[in-house]
Amino acid sequence: MLDVVKFKKAADAAEENVGKGRIKISDVSVTFGKGATAHRAVETTSIDIQAGEFVCILGPSGCGKSTLLNAIAGYTPPTTGSVSVDDVEVTGPGPDRGMVFQQYSLLPWKTVYENVAFGPQMAGASRMEAGSVANTFLGLVGLKKFGNRYPAELSGGMQQRVGIARALANYPSVLLMDEPFGALDAQTRLMMQESLLDIWRKFGTTVVFITHDVDEAVFLADRVLIMSAAPGRIIEDVKINLSRPRSPDMATSAEYLEARQFCLETIRAESRKAFVEQNQ
Amino acid sequence: MPLEQTQPDMPEIKALDPPPEDSTSASPPVEDPSASRFMDGVPGWAAQGGIMLLSVLIGLGIWHMGSTQGWNIYLNFRNIPTPGEVFEATLENIADPEFYVHIRVSIWRVMSSFVLAVLVGVPTGLLMARNRIARAALIPYIEIMRPIPAVAWIPLAILMWPTEEASIIFITFLGAFFPIVLNTINGAEQTPEVLLRATRSLGASRYAEFRHVVFPAALPSISAGLAVGMGVAWFSLLAGEIISGQYGIGYFTWDAYSMVRTPDIVLGMLVIGGLGTASTYGIRLLTRPMLKWQKRTR
Repeated sequence: MLDVVKFKKAADAAEENVGKGRIKISDVSVTFGKGATAHRAVETTSIDIQAGEFVCILGPSGCGKSTLLNAIAGYTPPTTGSVSVDDVEVTGPGPDRGMVFQQYSLLPWKTVYENVAFGPQMAGASRMEAGSVANTFLGLVGLKKFGNRYPAELSGGMQQRVGIARALANYPSVLLMDEPFGALDAQTRLMMQESLLDIWRKFGTTVVFITHDVDEAVFLADRVLIMSAAPGRIIEDVKINLSRPRSPDMATSAEYLEARQFCLETIRAESRKAFVEQNQ
Repeated sequence: MPLEQTQPDMPEIKALDPPPEDSTSASPPVEDPSASRFMDGVPGWAAQGGIMLLSVLIGLGIWHMGSTQGWNIYLNFRNIPTPGEVFEATLENIADPEFYVHIRVSIWRVMSSFVLAVLVGVPTGLLMARNRIARAALIPYIEIMRPIPAVAWIPLAILMWPTEEASIIFITFLGAFFPIVLNTINGAEQTPEVLLRATRSLGASRYAEFRHVVFPAALPSISAGLAVGMGVAWFSLLAGEIISGQYGIGYFTWDAYSMVRTPDIVLGMLVIGGLGTASTYGIRLLTRPMLKWQKRTR
């Protein structure tokens, strides 16, 4: 019942989230398998993420950054330690943590509109309420006109925008994004990054964004957490002191270049270490 | 709305629309100078239809020759009625109300068995695909019973079920059930994991996952299973009706054999073929609206 009221007043719902979305990762490690075949994906890690913060987790491929995100999402239970959001322990996936995947995660048999309305409907909103929420968020990502299309009729960038709209339609306090723009061409990716920052500014949602692209991480984030090669752990916590709102021409500023340089060097050293280890 | 202007991929959507006209005018239809080939200029569907008609006429011709001249070249045509005799028998039966009773009884049996098979088979298949306990518990039965042909069930069915009608429906049900279950399992197993994760993160309950993800993901495979199941249902029905029963198109055919009304045998067979094809086509029509997302995808 509360949810229905929540969806009637979308603006209120967004306001309710202010100050929410504090993530606490305490001594989390993730090991897959048991015994001789056990494989440690994430080394014991502790991170505190403030409410409303935009955090990028940057690391070489295969370092376990997606696994860490899956632990926050509740798909993968941590082997040790715990994850909590606003002091509530994560025990499984839930609508308070919106998830955006790399690609192909819209339900292909539902129209764009139905995909976005799905979350509110699951939360108990009536068909009409869910529909108006869907329209609001499709408008937000500039796709209102495409509501009646099926996902496969849209380009990759458009599908990702629907994915973001769908995740936001539940008014999550945390938005988890797993290399969401990784499959897009460079031009589209830039546009998407700017759109995402606009949306983030409107909603103040905490964002945890996984990427292996240094420029993307520095451009988007308040903080870049750099992960080591597998088994992954956080080796650097880089504060990005660029002003907001960000614009692409900041890419030439001294602060940007300095942060970028630092991240690149750290990543490069880490990749080299992994390479040497693999060849021993 | 600062985002309205950021539509970087608009051109890609346009690419989905019919190609612009200049793409066709750029390559005009090739004028082949030696274009006096067979059926040139005839529309595709007419050519197809023409070939079909011709093929059927040739088949009828061979049949007619065989039975009028009493060919006996290992295959014996001597006791086979001519197409003309079958046609006469058809006219006779069309005037006989009892003929329609046979057809009606058969259709009713197939439909009720088929509906039962769908109602039991689809949920069973979905459950087996997504639940390890259910799968382990049911797979031995499915695997052992699946290869048993309908005819082999007849003695047990007669012993087990209180009425002949029930045993015929049971046999027909089994025929439709296995293709439906197996195709449902197969389809549901292919549900992409990322879609399940996405819906869980949207707050979907276990039931909603089935209804909105697993079931639609399995639908293309299920609908294929339904079409196959419908065919096997007719096949099994006939087996049931031949052994027991006083009505039904299978009984009609077998009775014609016992009474040496050979034209009726062929008529019965043709009716079975027609009903089987029509009902399979009906299934395709019924499932098509649920798969329209797939069509628009391609």
